[in-house]
Amino acid sequence: MNDRDFIIDRYKDLLTTYLNGKNETALYKGQQFSRKLIEQQISPEDVVSHHINVLNELFPDMTEEMKDAFDFLLEVMIGYGFAYREHQSLRTRQRQLESEIEVAASMQQTLLISDVPTVDSLDIGVKSVPAKKMNGDYFNFVKDDKSISVAVADIIGKGIPAALCMSMIKYAMDSLPEQRMQPNLLLENLNRVVEQNVHPNMFITMLYGLYDTDVHKFYYAGAGHEPGFFYKAATDEFEDMFAKGLVLGVSRTTKYKEYEKQLDPGDMIILLSDGVTECRTSKGFIERDEIVALIRENMHKPAQEIVDSVFHELERLQEFELRDDFTLLILKRMV
Amino acid sequence: MDIQSCVEVCNEWDIVSARQLGRNMAKELGFGNVDQARITTAISELARNIYLYAGSGKICLEPVEQMGRKGLRIIAVDNGPGIRDIRKVMEDGYTTSGGLGAGLPGVKRLMDEFTIDSTIDSGTEILATKWLR
Repeated sequence: MNDRDFIIDRYKDLLTTYLNGKNETALYKGQQFSRKLIEQQISPEDVVSHHINVLNELFPDMTEEMKDAFDFLLEVMIGYGFAYREHQSLRTRQRQLESEIEVAASMQQTLLISDVPTVDSLDIGVKSVPAKKMNGDYFNFVKDDKSISVAVADIIGKGIPAALCMSMIKYAMDSLPEQRMQPNLLLENLNRVVEQNVHPNMFITMLYGLYDTDVHKFYYAGAGHEPGFFYKAATDEFEDMFAKGLVLGVSRTTKYKEYEKQLDPGDMIILLSDGVTECRTSKGFIERDEIVALIRENMHKPAQEIVDSVFHELERLQEFELRDDFTLLILKRMV
Repeated sequence: MDIQSCVEVCNEWDIVSARQLGRNMAKELGFGNVDQARITTAISELARNIYLYAGSGKICLEPVEQMGRKGLRIIAVDNGPGIRDIRKVMEDGYTTSGGLGAGLPGVKRLMDEFTIDSTIDSGTEILATKWLR
């Protein structure tokens, strides 16, 4: 007995039971049975056809009109069968697309991954987590003889277009090695690349900085990026690290200004994306003060543990549902 | 029974004639109710495509036999503008008439075999076969 015969038999049993008893149990069984039908991908017109066949067996004296009427119903149900099969096929395609996106996301990770450099004088911690599958935030470190450069960027927009755009930024930065030592010039060059190559409705904010490990100065410039924080151990205070500058890609001639901070042992540079400050909790947006408070609470830990703790706390506050890509990065001067 | 029967499709009534012809032949060949309905639906869709996009053409039906199997073949031919991107029209969710579940991919699923051939500015030929189970 094949599946098809089995289903007809079972349908006949269930229908007979119902016709004899007309009780809720039989109806419940019918409902359960429909799941099995769907599992077996039996289409609606087949169900109607089984129904007709069973009725023919159970009531051999059914009138011709009744039979004709069922044929009419069958014809009508063909359209549903049509739609049902299309739905099945679209579902398969959706699964294929999802797995393709998974592959793209993991490829993006390997393309964009930046090793966190190790230097004796600095303790560095980074946490970058995408809201969806692909990350529109980007961070990058480059270690040179006497310096470490660091970039944090955020594409205005999320998802796949943002992620694709990020890959371009990475390669543009790699091709500007001469400017690496001058943050404002690097941004000016990058701005031209973005202006020429990226769709006008896509903007990129970035903070780029260079830490000189000899004199412990941090030189930086910003292009409309979320301001970071500077922690001064001597006064035990956090201050905003504003860096004036237009977002990348708006105007070809934008100029950027270079800023600098002197770091003493225990001082910290904290860079972030707006996904950190735009965390939305049940009480509204999180304030920058609250981020500072969270960092302060965890500040006695190593840099990586600080960023991890802050992320976990913010994740918890948002009920584990990230609305925007999250990137938080801490540079702490050790000696 | 090896002769082809054809219906010219120029207006909506011709679609009904094509269906009627298909149903008669399917019945004669011994197809069950559900398959009869599937074959006529496929004919409907193909005839509608001719009527809507090509203006005129014909639907031919022929009984076929292959390795002991019997079946019915639908041949839809038109001299219309042709289909520029066949891959696109064979994609689910793409129907220019906007109808749910309709279109060529649906016809392909209703039938057992399906081939399409189209030349720009010269026309389209679709063969679709259903085998007796």
